[in-house]
Formats: sequence, structure tokens, C-alpha cells
Amino acid sequence: MAFRSAVITFPGSNCDRDMAVALEQVSGTAPVRVWHGDAQLPDGLDFIALPGGFSYGDYLRSGAMAANSPIMREIVRAADRGVPVLGVCNGFQVLTEARLLPGALMRNASQHFICRNAGLTVENAQSIFTSGYSAGQEISIPVAHHDGNFFADEETLDRIEGEGRVAFRYTDNLNGSRRDIAGVLNKAGNVLGMMPHPERAVDAAHGGTDGLAFFEGAMKALASA
Amino acid sequence: MKIRVLVSLKPGVLDPQGRAVHHALEGLGFNGVDDVRIGRTVELDVADDTSDAALTEMCEKLLANTVIENYKIEKLG
Repeated sequence: MAFRSAVITFPGSNCDRDMAVALEQVSGTAPVRVWHGDAQLPDGLDFIALPGGFSYGDYLRSGAMAANSPIMREIVRAADRGVPVLGVCNGFQVLTEARLLPGALMRNASQHFICRNAGLTVENAQSIFTSGYSAGQEISIPVAHHDGNFFADEETLDRIEGEGRVAFRYTDNLNGSRRDIAGVLNKAGNVLGMMPHPERAVDAAHGGTDGLAFFEGAMKALASA
Repeated sequence: MKIRVLVSLKPGVLDPQGRAVHHALEGLGFNGVDDVRIGRTVELDVADDTSDAALTEMCEKLLANTVIENYKIEKLG
């Protein structure tokens, strides 16, 4: 059965093509490209990806405008039905603004835009998205962001930690994120937001291939589900 | 009706921009500045019969992110 995925493009998304290439490379099937203004998602999706970029020029707050796009209502409904939804970088910001994920992504503590490989520890290797890794595994995935400083209040942090919802932590906290959090899951485990870009680490020419196991694991988990 | 919405970071939320500006003020020789917090002002021109509930909803749904921000609605007449 073909793996049916969708990549959403907002005005200002710039990693949508990278995400589509990675999904096609690993699954063998090109994702459906969906525009933010579309009122409907295609039927029967196995996977939805919100890519990185600077939707709406980061006006108001990163991700705030995109979170109110017409397609987001459909994505919230799909997420509620259990369809896996991945948000990378700006996609993570959109998912927090849409309240599908807890917390918020604030300006990096250093004030600087950070573009380099980040060391990550896989905290939860049980989720759909992380099953290609083993718990505690250290991987290297590129980051490129100005607003990646994950914030949530202490009570929320304790809750998401207690529920095993921290997917990835930075080995070296580069942006000021609370408790080194680089990726977080929703309660049901079918929505993941992460600042690092696994789609930028799926080919030796990228300088690293630690992102391959991310997509391969997700595909395998979904095929056996 | 002119409305001004003041959006500010909640107490306890670190403000990297405010901290950088604080350092810059000290660099300019302004001592005795204890803290700097940066917020945002949104000015709206709305129909006179716009309800308070609608204004609150605008803030909750879009103008502020209540995970990290507080907001204050001022009616300027």
C-alpha cells in the first residue's frame, strides 16, 4: 500500500520541497502538496508534515498567522482523529500556536540566528516518529532558527516529562530551551514538533544521514500499525 | 472606535530582547535600570458597536499568545 503523505505550504515556507524530497526518498511515493488556503486535506492521509520557513514573514509571532490558515482547521481535525502530524522548525511554531502542542517558541536566548548541526539525545524512542532510533541514542541533525527557545511553565514541563512527551533534547542547549527540549509530542503521541530538521539529513551530500532513521522509523511504525 | 492592545510577556518569562536592550542602556552609561521588558502595541480601528467579548476574543485567538503573554485592552474613544 502506497504511503500517502501531505506537505503543507504556507506563504513563506521554504523547507517544503526538502520535506517532500525526504518523504519521497524514503517512501517511494511523492507527497501531495497542499496550499495553506485549501479548505480540504486529501482523503486517506497517513502522514502530514508542516515544513520549516518563515510563514507570513514571522509577522506578529512566528507561526501565529499560519496557525489561523484555513487548512489548519482541517489539520486540527486530522490530528484529533489520530493522523500523524509532524511540524519542523516553523512547523513546530505553527503547531504550538494552533495549540496542538504545549508551550511556545521564543527568541533564542543569544538573540542570534543559529544555523549548524545540533547534537540531540533521543528521549522517547517509542513514538511513531522516533521508533527508528533507540532511547538515549545521540544523533546530529541541523538546526536553523531564530525562535527556537522552547518555553513552558514548570507545571506544564513536569507534566510533559512525566508523560514521556519529550522526544528529543539538545546535548548542548544552543537556544535557551527549557530543560533542553528540542522536540515534544502531544498527549496522544501522534503530533510531534521539533526545531531540528531531519529532512536536511537524509543524504550523504547533506553532510549527515541521521535523519534517515527518523523517516524510515515513522514509515515502518505506520506500516505495522 | 480606536482600541489599543498592549501585549506584554508574562512575569517569569525570560525576555532575551529586553535583556539585550538592558545591557545596551548600561553601555550608554544609564545606570540604575533594574529591568527592561519589551512588549507590543496593536492599534485597532473597529466599529463602535464592537463588543468587549469580541475584543477579548481577538486577543485570545490571535493578538496575544496567552501561553507566554498577557494583554490589556484600552479604549481610546
